[in-house]
Amino acid sequence: MISPHGGKLVERFDFSERAKEEAMELPKLSITIDEARDLGNIGHGVFSPLEGYMAREDFENVLTEGRLSNDLPWTIPIVKDVSDKDVDMLFKEDEVTLVYNNTPIAILKVEEVYPYDKKEYAEKVFGTKSIEHPGVANLMKKEDHLVGGKITLLNNPPTQFPNYKLWPKETRVLFKERGWKTVVGFQTRNAPHVGHEYVQKTALTFVDGLFINPLIGKKKKGDFKDEVIIAAYEALFEHYYPKNTATLGILETEMRYAGPREAIFHAIMRKNFGCTHFIVGRDHAGVGNFYGPYDAQEIFYDYPDLGITPLFFRSFFYCKKCGTVVNEKICPHGPEYHVNFSGTKIRELLLKGERPPEIMMRPEVADTILRFENPFVE
Amino acid sequence: MVEDKKYTTVSIPTPLFKKIEERIKGTGFTSVSSYVTYVLREIIAEDEESEEAFSKEDEERVKERLRALGYLD
Repeated sequence: MISPHGGKLVERFDFSERAKEEAMELPKLSITIDEARDLGNIGHGVFSPLEGYMAREDFENVLTEGRLSNDLPWTIPIVKDVSDKDVDMLFKEDEVTLVYNNTPIAILKVEEVYPYDKKEYAEKVFGTKSIEHPGVANLMKKEDHLVGGKITLLNNPPTQFPNYKLWPKETRVLFKERGWKTVVGFQTRNAPHVGHEYVQKTALTFVDGLFINPLIGKKKKGDFKDEVIIAAYEALFEHYYPKNTATLGILETEMRYAGPREAIFHAIMRKNFGCTHFIVGRDHAGVGNFYGPYDAQEIFYDYPDLGITPLFFRSFFYCKKCGTVVNEKICPHGPEYHVNFSGTKIRELLLKGERPPEIMMRPEVADTILRFENPFVE
Repeated sequence: MVEDKKYTTVSIPTPLFKKIEERIKGTGFTSVSSYVTYVLREIIAEDEESEEAFSKEDEERVKERLRALGYLD
């Protein structure tokens, strides 16, 4: 089995009643649902080797080097912002309880409180300071200080999909039980069209198992709703995948839209789930025109020590002359023969209540999506 | 103190340095240092050691949950 990132799967939780009671005696900080989800990710090792929020040294090293201070690859800051009012309180306290919706989610052992430069953060992580970028816009709304320190998870964050919620320990046991020595991870925030299926099946040809890992969390208007993505994959698995070659489990964390840096982060999380390979397609984790189409593949050449093998794919399309789904590496015909799997086109048809053509989307998948009154985030 | 600095110096034989200089011409590597860092990181990662994350009892508990969820028969 592949090593977790940093060599050890982090487990930082104490679900005992005593721990929860003690936590209620501590000062409290309110957190959002996305922060609660990421505390779950820290506590259960999705973010291994992180044991909490980054202190200044790691945070600054991640910005400047794309690595933790011990040189381990890490590209996205995992931090908690705090208001000026909370800064005063945190300077006096050793521990605070992080609370979501009146539920104590974790205890934070306060190690350091520090200011940070949002513009530098934006430039280094997102490659832009433009507030047109959703990740930058989100960052600019954050408070001006960060708090670093280890956490202990007290309650798992709430989830809408408990039947698909797997933590790294569980996926590692699952892969082992299925006899999968090599597993390819597929990150998605979309319902599957035929192009996705070809990418997945091409990768699956060379490994033992496929782990579809949809990202559930804050999304943009017009994205597929989470429940639609899951139902669509259930239909695809039922009709088009051999039993026991593919499995589905959700990952609850927000999209940062940080393009290349987020591609590395996505690969690290899948390594922790036990994947040996990770699919990186065109404009992975990108948004608008902020990144070049293959920037998210290029960045992997800076990380020979990542410990998970990226599989790079060009976009697939249908070629009328070849009579099948191909990509530019294997099809000699001109664009006049090509039908692209346009997300916009598929969305338009689904919104009109129409099935996209079968060369774009499997009918069983389309019918599943059409059963939802509105399959898209409003 | 080495620990306090982000970068430090190591010595390699001059002929090796020159060979690397030749090798990186026309590649994405901008210096011998960046090439050596790349190669060393690759080698160190291969030797990464892993600790067993969970016990047999833990594993049985996990299997039980996976069966309940329908992931295992």
